[in-house]
Amino acid sequence: MNGKSMRKGLRHLMLIAVSFIMLYPILWMFFSSFKPDTEIFSTSSLWPETWTLEHYLSGFGSDAPMNFGPMFFYSFLVSIVVVIGTVFSSTLTGFAFARLNFTPRRFFIGFMFATMMLPAQVVMIPQYIIFHKVGWVNTFIPLMLPSFLGTVPFFIYLMVQFVRGIPKELDEAALIDGCSKWRLYRSVILPLSQPAIVTMSIFAFYWTWNDFFGQLIYLSNPELYTVSLGLSMFMTNMGETQWGNLFAMSILSVIPVFLIFLIFQRYLVEGIATHGLKG
Amino acid sequence: MEAPVKTLGIKRSRQKTRASLETPFQRNLTAYGFLAPWLIGMLFLTIGSMLFTFYLAFTDYDLLTTPSWTGMENFSNIWQDANFWGSIRATLLYVVLSVPARLIASLLIALLLFKEVRGIGLYRALIYLPSLIGGSVGVSIGWKKLFATDGPINSFVGIFGIEGPNWIGNPSTAIMVLILLSVWQFGSEMVIFLAGLKQIPGYLYEAAKIDGASRIRSFFSVTLPMLSPIVFFNLLMGTISSFMVFTQVYIITGGGPMNSTLFYVYYLYQQAFTYYNMGYAAALSIILLVIIAAFSGFIFLTSKYWVNYDV
Repeated sequence: MNGKSMRKGLRHLMLIAVSFIMLYPILWMFFSSFKPDTEIFSTSSLWPETWTLEHYLSGFGSDAPMNFGPMFFYSFLVSIVVVIGTVFSSTLTGFAFARLNFTPRRFFIGFMFATMMLPAQVVMIPQYIIFHKVGWVNTFIPLMLPSFLGTVPFFIYLMVQFVRGIPKELDEAALIDGCSKWRLYRSVILPLSQPAIVTMSIFAFYWTWNDFFGQLIYLSNPELYTVSLGLSMFMTNMGETQWGNLFAMSILSVIPVFLIFLIFQRYLVEGIATHGLKG
Repeated sequence: MEAPVKTLGIKRSRQKTRASLETPFQRNLTAYGFLAPWLIGMLFLTIGSMLFTFYLAFTDYDLLTTPSWTGMENFSNIWQDANFWGSIRATLLYVVLSVPARLIASLLIALLLFKEVRGIGLYRALIYLPSLIGGSVGVSIGWKKLFATDGPINSFVGIFGIEGPNWIGNPSTAIMVLILLSVWQFGSEMVIFLAGLKQIPGYLYEAAKIDGASRIRSFFSVTLPMLSPIVFFNLLMGTISSFMVFTQVYIITGGGPMNSTLFYVYYLYQQAFTYYNMGYAAALSIILLVIIAAFSGFIFLTSKYWVNYDV
């Protein structure tokens, strides 16, 4: 073996070692979720001696200690609606900022940038009070409504950047043909913005699916629990005994995000690398 | 419809003709139509809420009775609140240790993952994966059990005959468990560093090589200065997001033991949603805003001494 292939081999060895260390916590959870409860903390081997699906099955159904079925449904529901709201508000606002002329345009854009740095926790208390007064606590509205009102400046910024990259000649051609601004948005800009829309949808889904704080303050009725809240309550109530079950549901809870990663990896990486979205 | 035909081929005047068909009022009206959702959100959820926070900070409010004006009382109480100072101490310790550690880890791993070798795409994906799911409740639960007294970390150190401590039950190690969880999620920073490394032109390294620079020297004289705008970005975003840490604390330590991990936002949450001291919590959130602004401002101000924008 010459020096070059030695170095190459060494590099692969390092890469494998780093990958293994990084993935160990997830692998451990994954394999533990297939072990009987008595085996999880008694063996140090990753691989289960006996495989069981019991932990996955006992997370669902009306006789389960805690039925995760509705929780997964609610998490999906909230996340999907937030994606719709995000696309709706961000494309409208982004289009207006990038293409329309109005006063005070500069001021509004500057304002949007300023709010990018504003920590959500600063406005959380009054927002909670408002939703509480309207009687929307313990509904999904406080989790969904803000997305329709363009409250995530990152997505608007993403859209503005993207629309600016679309050749202006297309707009002009459409306007000559007598297109209204709405038709221009609907039939020219929107179809061409598909990559930006995919990126924002992925991030909106993923952030909402992983969200805990918002769901925790707005949903206290266990009937409305999402997966995040369900897992948290499960851990508090039965966490010291039923680890297998808890691990199984935790693994299931990260699968939607994992699938997005598998399918849309390119968009995800691009969103992080070129738009600075928090991955 | 006549105007465009008449001026066909002369782009400027065509545009003007089109624009002149609209009065400024109509033009603004169209734009405001598109902006309506954002304007409503801005007015009520952002500006309105900000102003409301500032008002609440000077009141005593429990969500049921009407807010009563108390002037500076919340702030003077906070000043004497041992838990507030405890949370400041814990949060600063967390930020100061986890942010640089994550930066260094992400840069080193990005360097390792930069060179194209067979299967590099898979390695990059695998190493990024923890960052994607690491903020979730599910992974926090796993992390908690990983560091349990009878968990795998302690069985691992047991191999070397060391009796592992009760990581989460011990005030000095509990915060380390949370810092480690944060460092484990260096993936976003790594992805940005990787994109930055690709932007560095190869001739700079060649020039350095010709000048007789060692690999370590060229890292400090070429790579690092070229990446400094990215270090700046990662440092800023990482600092802000570290102040916001919540889920992990809630799930893993619950602020304990002995308030050693009572991070700021967790304390804020307790005041607002466990004790319903809305006025007090509003005052806390204004202080948080000031702290974050100070940190960001400091990073911005010092950046002109260490960020290289020449290239």
